Amino acid sequence: MSIIDLPLLQQLVLVLAALVLFTSFVLLEQSRLVAAIHAFAWQGALVAAVTTVVAASGQASHLYFSALLTLVLKAVLIPWMLHRLVHRLALDRHADTLRRPALVTMAGVALVIFSYWLVLPIVEQELSFTRNIVAVSLAVVLIGLLMMVSRQQAVAQVLGFMSMENGLFLSAVSSTAGMPLVVELGVAFDVLVAMILFGVFFFQIRESIDTLDVDRLNRLTESAEAGE
Amino acid sequence: MDHFLTLVAWGWAGAQALCYALLAPLLVGWIRKCKARLQNRRGAPVIQPWRDLIKLMGKEVRVAHTASILFRAAPYIVFVATWLAAATVPLAASTLPTAAMADIIVLVGLLALARFFLALAGMDVGTAFGGMGASREMLVSALAEPAMLMAVFTLAMSAHSTNLASVVDSQLAAGLVLRPSLLFALAALILVAVAETGRIPVDNPSTHLELTMIHEAMILEYSGRHLALMEWAAQIKLMLYGVLIANVFFPWGISQSLEPASMAIGLGAVVLKLAGLGILLAAAETVLAKMRLFRVPAFLNLALLLGLLGLLGYVILEVGA
Repeated sequence: MSIIDLPLLQQLVLVLAALVLFTSFVLLEQSRLVAAIHAFAWQGALVAAVTTVVAASGQASHLYFSALLTLVLKAVLIPWMLHRLVHRLALDRHADTLRRPALVTMAGVALVIFSYWLVLPIVEQELSFTRNIVAVSLAVVLIGLLMMVSRQQAVAQVLGFMSMENGLFLSAVSSTAGMPLVVELGVAFDVLVAMILFGVFFFQIRESIDTLDVDRLNRLTESAEAGE
Repeated sequence: MDHFLTLVAWGWAGAQALCYALLAPLLVGWIRKCKARLQNRRGAPVIQPWRDLIKLMGKEVRVAHTASILFRAAPYIVFVATWLAAATVPLAASTLPTAAMADIIVLVGLLALARFFLALAGMDVGTAFGGMGASREMLVSALAEPAMLMAVFTLAMSAHSTNLASVVDSQLAAGLVLRPSLLFALAALILVAVAETGRIPVDNPSTHLELTMIHEAMILEYSGRHLALMEWAAQIKLMLYGVLIANVFFPWGISQSLEPASMAIGLGAVVLKLAGLGILLAAAETVLAKMRLFRVPAFLNLALLLGLLGLLGYVILEVGA
């Protein structure tokens, strides 16, 4: 079943999923925190749009609710909270120094190919048109992980974590007709609580080492040993 | 009869190539006019680039003492290679023999040949600016070419052909299909086109400031008809990229036969599409600022990433399932 045989709405789902993957790369490469938060908000909005279109094309009306939940939580509330945090930490104009940006991008592309290879047996079952989005969402999860590994800034790492959650949600929407509402509400609540906890942690980290560069956490023990 | 038909077709192909040479300065004039209007100026008339070319053609050619034969030959080679490349891109009709003869890889090769001689000519006289411009041009093109090829391969995979005419035909035959791969290929090709034609985030076409110029630095030593040919070639290159983007991604209106009426419709459609693209380019150049030279690799890295994602998107999302 190639893309030409699909109805227009399902083609739109594929295009939106590809754009989610692209925002993942934007997040990975964006050195400015505020711009990265905006990219994250766009990713949330795109995931909500995918959910809406899947709901419209599959007549799964309960997905409209989870689309609305995603839009409010991931595209508005969490970016707004992060924005406020960054403002209060006076990191508005902070730009991370990316180590080897081209290499990290190529690693991201390699992860996309890897997840495609991983999902290939599932796709060959030919169950529904959204199956091949599973590869894309797996890639979004892995790129979020890569972002947490490659960045030193705590806020950027949190953005990577949150975009992993976006990828999980995308795979849930695309492989099944969405999770039960109770599970979805639970996950949404978890993410919100995690966000608040991260906020507290940011202040704790900064109070103890005067920066949000997580690499310094190693150096602190070294200097303490040297002082003894 | 067949022989007669091919003769007619070759006539149309020649007319199309002439159209490129005639319309390219007008397109540049149109972009300058739009830009001037956006900056609250009245601007020069649209035919001003033509007047400049004619004036330069009549002027005496001055050549530096240190210049070799290469310096004199380069304008002709650059102009002919660029014009040949342009002739292979379907302008008003997709059924011409020039389009059937060459594919996209030949097109990229011809443009690379023109760029090679342009850079050599820049270094030939031995001035600092020429060498600087040539090295910058090579930096930009070495990074732009892989991105361009990725975008081209994405197109070729979805059309199952590297021939531009069959790509256009398959696009027309498919009708309205939302393809993630084409979206990414379009974005990649736009970024590459901006870098290759020396438009604003990468190079500023209207300045001679030594710190920033790329294309202007290479042709600084040229005068008279040599300069006219170099500038004409640059204008044709801009139009080539415009037509490539307009006709491959939005092929509506292009003629698929050799009837004069449908050819006229095809020409009208492509002129309208180019005018639209010109307005977009002028608006983008007004809004954006030129970036530092050392940011250009990041810009072209983005183009390469978009091309790669287009390729992967095609494999993952469009063939599978």
